[in-house]
Amino acid sequence: MMKFIRLGALVGYFGGLTAIATLYLRHQNIPVLQPRGTIATQERNLIVIAVLISLVVVLPVFALLIGFAVRYREGNKKARYMPEFTGSNAYELVWWLIPTAIIVVLSVITWVGSHRLDPYKPLNSSVKPITIQVVALDWKWLFIYPDQHVASVNSFQIPVNTPINFQITSDAPMNSFWVPALGGQVYAMPGMSTQLHLMASKTGDYRGSSANISGIGFAGMTFTAHAGSNTDFTNWVTHIKKTDRALTTTEYTKLAKQSSNVKPIYYSQPADNLYDDTVMKYMMPMDDMPSDSNGSAQPMTTQQNAPAGQMPGMAM
Amino acid sequence: MSGLLTFGSALLGKLNWDQFPTSPSTIVGAVMVVLGGGAVFSWLLYKKKLGWLWREWLTSLDPKKIGVMYIVVALLMLLRGLADVLLIRAQQATSSGASHGLISADQLQQVISAHGTIMIFFVAMGLLFGLINLVLPLQIGARDVAFPFLNSISFWLFAGGMILVNASLVIGAFSGAGWLAYPPLSELKYSPGVGVDYWLWALQIAGIGTLLSGINFFVTILKMRAKGMTLMKMPLFVWSVLGTVILVMFAFPILTVTLALLILDRSLGMHFFTATAGGNPMMYVNLIWAWGHPEVYILVLPAFGIYSEIVATFARKRLFGYESMVWAMGAIVFLSFTVWVHHFFTMGAGADVNAFFGIMTMIIAIPTGVKIFNWLFTMYRGRILFASPMLWFMGFVVIFTIGGVAGVLLAMPPIDFQLHNSLFLVAHFHMMIVGGVVFGYFAGLTYWFPKMFGFKLNETLGKWAFWCWAVGFVTAFTPLYILGLMGATRRLDHYDASMGWQPLFIVAGLGALLVCAGVGFQVLQFVVSIIQRDKNRDLTGDPWNGRTLEWSVPSPAPVYNFAVLPTVDDHDPFWEQKQSKKKLAEPVYEDIWMPKNSGLGVIIAGMVFVFGFAMIWHIYWLAILMLLGTIVTIIIRASDDDTEELITAAEVAKTEKALRQGSAA
Repeated sequence: MMKFIRLGALVGYFGGLTAIATLYLRHQNIPVLQPRGTIATQERNLIVIAVLISLVVVLPVFALLIGFAVRYREGNKKARYMPEFTGSNAYELVWWLIPTAIIVVLSVITWVGSHRLDPYKPLNSSVKPITIQVVALDWKWLFIYPDQHVASVNSFQIPVNTPINFQITSDAPMNSFWVPALGGQVYAMPGMSTQLHLMASKTGDYRGSSANISGIGFAGMTFTAHAGSNTDFTNWVTHIKKTDRALTTTEYTKLAKQSSNVKPIYYSQPADNLYDDTVMKYMMPMDDMPSDSNGSAQPMTTQQNAPAGQMPGMAM
Repeated sequence: MSGLLTFGSALLGKLNWDQFPTSPSTIVGAVMVVLGGGAVFSWLLYKKKLGWLWREWLTSLDPKKIGVMYIVVALLMLLRGLADVLLIRAQQATSSGASHGLISADQLQQVISAHGTIMIFFVAMGLLFGLINLVLPLQIGARDVAFPFLNSISFWLFAGGMILVNASLVIGAFSGAGWLAYPPLSELKYSPGVGVDYWLWALQIAGIGTLLSGINFFVTILKMRAKGMTLMKMPLFVWSVLGTVILVMFAFPILTVTLALLILDRSLGMHFFTATAGGNPMMYVNLIWAWGHPEVYILVLPAFGIYSEIVATFARKRLFGYESMVWAMGAIVFLSFTVWVHHFFTMGAGADVNAFFGIMTMIIAIPTGVKIFNWLFTMYRGRILFASPMLWFMGFVVIFTIGGVAGVLLAMPPIDFQLHNSLFLVAHFHMMIVGGVVFGYFAGLTYWFPKMFGFKLNETLGKWAFWCWAVGFVTAFTPLYILGLMGATRRLDHYDASMGWQPLFIVAGLGALLVCAGVGFQVLQFVVSIIQRDKNRDLTGDPWNGRTLEWSVPSPAPVYNFAVLPTVDDHDPFWEQKQSKKKLAEPVYEDIWMPKNSGLGVIIAGMVFVFGFAMIWHIYWLAILMLLGTIVTIIIRASDDDTEELITAAEVAKTEKALRQGSAA
């Protein structure tokens, strides 16, 4: 009797929690499972397929675990006890082959999926893509539109059903650029330029963030991706162009200093080649390096007093 | 004045009064460390036990005692790691919207980095080597390990690393760069304090201890098995340890070198991993995971070995598919070195590279699945006794399988892009490492406890502990899967209230409290069992109706393990001997040489610890002194020929008679 009460308590506990969770989550936004972009949709479909295929092994494991535990418990003298049954090539062949077959299927899916959803692969579309250059800074995101000649911080606008080519780098420690509603993430690394191709399929405001720790302000490195109509996008660009805050190199140097929980800022006229220069400055030989653009807010007084090129503080 | 300053900085490096804690929460941490250590020390002083502690334990070269010391350190660190958990959960449950929680971002990042570092290096690795030390020589029918003194050094280096991590609470600060301290964040420019140095030197010192242990047990297994115990007759726990130490020997040198390169970057201004001057941070990420992924299997293989022993014992049936199990383990050992890139698919490697490493990762699921089915079919047509070790096994199968499905998802690069570094990932690896590894070690601890101390642990409290752990654990981590799908990333000190994450974080926190209750029951279990030890004495040496050699000797095992070295012709030798009911021939005892205790292991590791501390604070004269001292002490020990002592046959006979009194009945 006690056993049933305990079992009931356990089932009731997890059942109750699941019910409450389901009720709560119905009204919540779960971007990975409720995608708003073509890439995120395909990635969500892969998740569903992989889970279903895994169940082919998981369900028998759970069934056998519970079944054997109940059937062959010590108290059940009716069950056969065969201590000499300790191996069987036929049995073992089954559980070498079934998982292998499943992994073969999953491997094919992985190979095809990895190529189809390669973040570096430009998307098929008749619409002309828009390029956005993303720079992770301490602790905010700068988005440069090289063709539209505007830039923004912690917020960007895109038209739906238009391929977006993101070029991503960092002028700070490594971060990871992630907008789950639109698709998977790619690292933002200093001295390197990575690529990500995404396309929004529905209008809306989608949260993005850095998925990789980059210092004390990193939790506040969130931004909003606004997906709207073409008109919305054109208006947005036109509006920003009218502001007289230009993103000159001086302005960039100021922006790159450490700051956290930054509200959106909009710039007209980003300096030419700002993105390329940001990537390339890490490639320069030490002596030719431009003066440290974003380090001045660092608590590193001992290093700043040092002659250039000798102290470890110059390491970055 | 400036001359005085120069003298001061030469004498004390970067150390000064400003390095002691000033904020309330760090003061609490520091006071706890100091008071805790002080209380234990004064209790021992008061009881006049310091001499006893030194003679019987600290200087002991007996692997069983070294094993117990590993486990004591690991369990203490489990409490520390758990305190970190409570802080993390409390912070994330409260720090939403206008509220910024209990601690600052800087503190949370230190706590999270310390949690990961401590749980992996000082809890999991400690329990791992503790159990190996306790059980392995007994299971292969040996009296000792191959290099008993080296074993003592290994343990004390591990303890030294542990003390360094905790010293950062009192003097200075710990790293806030995450448990693997990726550069460039961990480089001097972004982490100018001593935190990352504490992390580096603690792991460097403990890691070298681990490497030495790996070599020690590799040689022990290959050279010291009982007569007749061919490789294919070794118990599966021994196989699993062999797999683990092979991985240790290949993987830990990578860790040592990687840490050394980062140390050079930070202390001598080199550019291995800086973003500038030709350095490459991604090289660090590759190297650290080339160690880090095998490390996961270093932890989990012995847990698999423990499950294999436990299922066979409690199902009263020989392990199903022994050879399959060995081959599956071999496959895992090999494959574990071919998958490291799956930790950073998001780095931007090409689709071919990502797909290759994704597929290799999924292939590991095959041998792992085979092992699970073999365990299940060991239960099939058995007579299963649901003692608490068996419950941990059942919990493991459920949690590990769920975590495994999450792992298959993360192995597919396109899915990983969506879930990498989210709380989904956090939930996945906790389910593997806690559900897989820690549950296994707890099962092993309960199972082998009578062999260490001569009495069983209280079963009722053990079962309560299990249920609190299992239910609490699932409650704590299921919300994290959902949070990951909702876009929550790891290591957040604050999030926006509109995300709808807070209720889930609160549920996760409640789950963590339930896990704490489980740990509370475990503490209670130890206390009650020690008080009631006379009631639960194991007089037979074989409390679980065991199958392998360790159960053929009395509990607690005598210092020489086996009065007469056994001969083996089966992989469940003790079971076969019991089944055959053959009367054993009256044993003929002989003189046994065992290693003498030595305090030099403590001294060597102590000097290495001070060396590490001096390097962290740039006190170079002290570092040089300690390095020289270490080398000189090693030479002194190496030239000592009188390192063993004799236990005469008469003494052996007397000990055996005293210990065997119970089993005669």
